[in-house]
Amino acid sequence: MNSSAETPVEARRRDHELICELVDENAKVLDLGCGDGSLLQRLKDEKKAQGTGVEVSQDQVYKCIRRGLTVFHGDVDEGLADFPDKSFDYVLLTDTLQEVHNPRLVIGEMLRVGKKAIVSFPNFGHWSVRVQLFIRGRTPISAALPYDWWETPNIHFFTVKDFYRFCGQVGFRVTRSVFVAQGTRITVWPNLLAERAICVLE
Amino acid sequence: MYSICYRSPLSCNSKESNKKMNSVKTEEDIGSIGLVKEQFATICEPPDELILDSGRKLGPITIAYETYGELNEARDNVILLLHPLSMDHHAAGRYAPDDRKPGWWDNFVGPGKAFDTSRFFVICSNCIGGCRGSTGPSSINPATGKPWGATFPVITIRDMVNAQKRLLEKLGIDKLFCVAGGSMGGMQALQWTVSYPDKVVAAIALATTWVHSAQNIALNEVGRQAIVADPNWNQGDYYGGESPRRGLALARMVGHISYLSDKSMHEKFGRKLQDRDEISFDLLTDFQVESYLQYQGLSFTQRFDANSYLYISKALDYFDLSRGHNSLASALRDVQARFLVLSFSSDWLYPPYQSREVVSAQKRGGKQVSYCEIQSDYGHDAFLLEGEQETPLIRDFLRHVREETHA
Repeated sequence: MNSSAETPVEARRRDHELICELVDENAKVLDLGCGDGSLLQRLKDEKKAQGTGVEVSQDQVYKCIRRGLTVFHGDVDEGLADFPDKSFDYVLLTDTLQEVHNPRLVIGEMLRVGKKAIVSFPNFGHWSVRVQLFIRGRTPISAALPYDWWETPNIHFFTVKDFYRFCGQVGFRVTRSVFVAQGTRITVWPNLLAERAICVLE
Repeated sequence: MYSICYRSPLSCNSKESNKKMNSVKTEEDIGSIGLVKEQFATICEPPDELILDSGRKLGPITIAYETYGELNEARDNVILLLHPLSMDHHAAGRYAPDDRKPGWWDNFVGPGKAFDTSRFFVICSNCIGGCRGSTGPSSINPATGKPWGATFPVITIRDMVNAQKRLLEKLGIDKLFCVAGGSMGGMQALQWTVSYPDKVVAAIALATTWVHSAQNIALNEVGRQAIVADPNWNQGDYYGGESPRRGLALARMVGHISYLSDKSMHEKFGRKLQDRDEISFDLLTDFQVESYLQYQGLSFTQRFDANSYLYISKALDYFDLSRGHNSLASALRDVQARFLVLSFSSDWLYPPYQSREVVSAQKRGGKQVSYCEIQSDYGHDAFLLEGEQETPLIRDFLRHVREETHA
């Protein structure tokens, strides 16, 4: 039921573009789970950001170093613990929140280490997800949720509404949100129409 | 006693190294440094002796060193390589075309290699306390006209670094683009960035630690006890007579085990027998691993001095980068160098956690440090053997730091 013309790679690039718009010039940025460093590279090129990455895969670390990025080989928790309070302007967690064991702890740490946190995640409330589950009775697969149930790294499935509620409950302030579907911005009914959300927290 | 002629671990596994990473350059671009010549410099001549950490003075000091590549006009393309305990200043190339083996880090040093001699001027010097040409316990004490032996002053990693600094001053080099080394060499690289924070632009520390652990000290102590228990050691006064070869060989055997891993030993030797089909039920050498270690031990005695082993292993045990500071983080406070720290998953001599501690402290201090734990089964020796995995990291790191600091 993947009617989306947008591949996961394109979706990621689009996310990066939007995140770039949210970051100020010359910012100090920490990217958790930075992958091959393409977002940090983009922030460096377009926003003159000073970037640091944390990445668990050795092969991806090589790609980051090839780009000249400062990168720590390790998992997100390990990567965060050592940084002093407010040592970054932004701490980024792109498309990973659904994979971390304790989102509350991770976002809490992000906001300790950074002045702002930017989190992007797939919206489990998107209409196509609802349709797949409701009509077909199958675990949804989409550009934002591209995995079969038995191979997905995702351990939390949550909607935009869930995320807002969670932030309210634990005291994270969402200061800005951008919603996307099929590469375009969504301005109305995000919980129904957005495939992915990008939220700035303080 | 042994019949299999094992080559040194430096060369024995290089062809088996993982080919995970594609190298940027083709075979033709990557060359050998060719023939090299060792050089000697006299430094710290009285009254300008080196003041050691112990408070004693040492001078004049002879330093053996080699250089590869060309020093540029600005004198800012210098990489100082720092050797591990049992190596020396002969890092790359050959002295004569028919030398059986090149320098110990030849796979890393040369045109187009990790330390690219077509761009950088690479220096490697033998540490003080050593026995390969630099002043050490086997050198003649000018005051007595006899070898120092056990009267040689105890030295530290910082003393070694201070001597290197003096050598560079003598060579007219004020600032290093990079310091790089593994194991003891990595400790020196760390010490350089702390002792001379404004003189180092980049630092590469491989398979190393910021402080010798109880296990590290324990292993060294076994080696030292083996040497001093050898009757030929004679309180360190054995030059001109029989040297404590058995003790030194035993020390090397213990050391060598700590450079390997359970898996690499299992794969290399398993329980294979040496020159026999059945176990002998006597006390002779049955297993290949026994024969291998005996060979490693004995061949080491042909190129290393027992007293140097005592002194250098002591320097390692004294190593604690935080000494004189409240913490490691405060020791690193003034560090300006950008760091690349590499550890190796199966290294149990200086396990990855020790590297991570250095990286953590640097991160806490807001330093620019990149870290990678390389998957390898070669144990501590991996830093010498995993050239194909290390080269792209070192080369890319150096290239970017160079570009960013050398506009």
